Amino acid sequence: MLVLKDVCKTFNKGSANEKVALRDVSLTVKEGEFITVIGGNGAGKSTMLNVISGSFPVDSGMIKIGGENVTAQSEHVRAKRVGRVFQDPMRGTAGDMWIEENLAIAWRRGKRRGLKWGVTKEEREMYKKMLKPFDLGLEDRLSTKVSLLSGGQRQALTLLMATAQKPDLLLLDEHTAALDPKTAAKVLAMTDELIKEQGLTAIMITHNMKDAIKYGNRLIMMMDGRIIYDVSGEEKQKLQVSDLLKKFETSTGEEFANDRMLLI
Amino acid sequence: MELLSSILKNLPDAAALGLVWGIMAIGVYITFKILDIPDMTVDGTFALGGCLVAATVSAGWNPVASTLLSILCGMAAGLVTGILHTKLKIPAILAGILTMLALYSTNLMIMGGKSNIGLSQFGEQKVDTILDSISAIFGMSAKTTNIVLGVVIAALMILILYWFFGTELGSLIRATGINEAMVRAQGGNTEGMKIIGLIIANGFVALSGALVAQIQRYGDVGMGTGTIVIGLASIIIGEVLLGKKSSFKVRLISVFLGSIIYRVIIAVVLLLGFNPNNLKLLTALLVVIALSIPVAREYMMEKKRMKANLKKYEEAE
Repeated sequence: MLVLKDVCKTFNKGSANEKVALRDVSLTVKEGEFITVIGGNGAGKSTMLNVISGSFPVDSGMIKIGGENVTAQSEHVRAKRVGRVFQDPMRGTAGDMWIEENLAIAWRRGKRRGLKWGVTKEEREMYKKMLKPFDLGLEDRLSTKVSLLSGGQRQALTLLMATAQKPDLLLLDEHTAALDPKTAAKVLAMTDELIKEQGLTAIMITHNMKDAIKYGNRLIMMMDGRIIYDVSGEEKQKLQVSDLLKKFETSTGEEFANDRMLLI
Repeated sequence: MELLSSILKNLPDAAALGLVWGIMAIGVYITFKILDIPDMTVDGTFALGGCLVAATVSAGWNPVASTLLSILCGMAAGLVTGILHTKLKIPAILAGILTMLALYSTNLMIMGGKSNIGLSQFGEQKVDTILDSISAIFGMSAKTTNIVLGVVIAALMILILYWFFGTELGSLIRATGINEAMVRAQGGNTEGMKIIGLIIANGFVALSGALVAQIQRYGDVGMGTGTIVIGLASIIIGEVLLGKKSSFKVRLISVFLGSIIYRVIIAVVLLLGFNPNNLKLLTALLVVIALSIPVAREYMMEKKRMKANLKKYEEAE
C-alpha cells in the first residue's frame, strides 16, 4: 500500500541551522497494517508523515502509494489517497464554517468540485448517521460553526473527515497530544474502531509508549532520521514498555534523561 | 431646515451611487473577507472599468458590449495578480500593487494618452450609456434609472454570490480563506481557489467602475485611487449596522447598505461645505477609527481589569 525507498530530507541545507530529518528511510507498509510510530523529539517522525502526504518534497528517494509513484505529486493531488489528522485540532477543520460544510468538503475529497450545491439533503441525513456513533451530540448540530466545538470534538470531526471517503492511507500525527487525557483516550478508541471497521491502512505517531503497544499491529521506533526498530505480529503483541526503553537505551547508548519519550 | 431638505433631495442620488459602488465593495469583500487577501489590484481595476467604457463608448461602441468587455478585462487583471501571488510567490499586497501600477499605464494607453474622456458628446451626436438606453426604453428619468438599475444589479449580484459561495467550488474558496492546510488535506488546490477568487472579485470591481463612469459621464485615469479603502469603509459600516456574525446573505446585503450609507455621509459632508479635496483623508480616517475601536475597547477593558485586580491587593495591605 505504501512504499518509501531511500527517502532523505534535510532542512535549511547549507546554513547553520541545517537539520537532517530523514536519512535513507525505507519502509514498506502492507494493506491493513496499522503502524504506531514512536521516537524522541527530532527523530523524524512528523517529517516522515509530511513527506508521505506531500506537505514538502523529498530531497531524494521515492514514495509509492497504492502502487502509484507519488514522489513528484503535490499535496492536494496526493490527498485523494491520503486521509490526515493533525496534532493541532484547529488545523484539520475550517472553524468559521458549519459542521456539515466541513463534512461536505471532506466527502468530496478526490472528486471534481463543480457548481453543484455544496451540501445536499441526502448528504445531511448521511452525515447525521456518520456522526451518531461518536456519541458527541454533533448529529443534531450540523449547522453549528466548528469554532464553537471543543478540541476533542474537533479532532473527532477531523477523524471522520479524513475517513469519510475511505483513504488508501490514514496518517495520524499525534492527533491526541493536544487533548486532555480522558478525551485523548476517547478519541484514540474511536480511531482504533474506525480503522478496524473500515480495514484501513494507518500510520499513527504517538508519544505514549503504552498506546503504541496497545494499538496497531506493527510498531516502528525512529531515532535521528532512521528507523531503528520495526516489530510486528506476535512479537509486537508480547512487547512491554520496558523492552522499548531497553531498546532505546542500547541504540543511543545513553540513559533516558529529559526526553518526552519518557511519557509512558 | 434648508440643509435637511437639500440632504433629502440628494438622498436618491447618493443611494444610486452607493448601490453601484457597492458592487466594488462586494469585490473587496470577496478578497479581503472571504479569501483573507488584501487585494490592492482593485484601485487599478476600478479605473480600468471606467477608462475602458469611456474610451470605447465615446468611440461609438454599444455600451452593453463595452461594459461586458470591462468585466472581462477586470477579471484578467485579477488573474495576473493571482498568478503573481500564487505561482511567483510575491506577497499578496505587493502583487496587487504591481498589477495596479501596471494598470495605470494600461489605462492611459486605452484612453489614447488622455487622462480623462467625457461621455456626453461624440462629434455632433449625443453619446448613449447603458443608463440612457434603459431610460429611453422604459421612459424613466435619469435619476430613477440610476436607482432602478442599481437595485436590480445589486439584487442580482447578491443572488449570484449567495448561490456561488454555496456551491462545491464556492465552499472550497471560503474554506481556503479560513484554513489552507485543511483544504489541501481534503484535496483542494488552494492556489487555484485564490486565483478564481481574485478573478471574480476584480470582475465585480471593473463592472462597478464601468457603471460609475457611465453615471458620472466620464472616465478618469485617477478614478480608482483609494478604491480598496472605500470598499473597506463600506464593509465596516455594514458590519456596524447589521453585525459581524450574521448569515452570509445578510452580510452581502450589509455591504451594499454600508456602501449607500458611505455615499450619504459623503453627500452630507459636502453639503456642510467640506472641501471635496479632503474627502480621501476623511475616508481614510473613517476606516482607521472603525478599525481601532475594537482595539481601544480591548485596551480599556484590560486596564480596568488590571486596576480592579491591583486594588484588591492594596486593600489587603
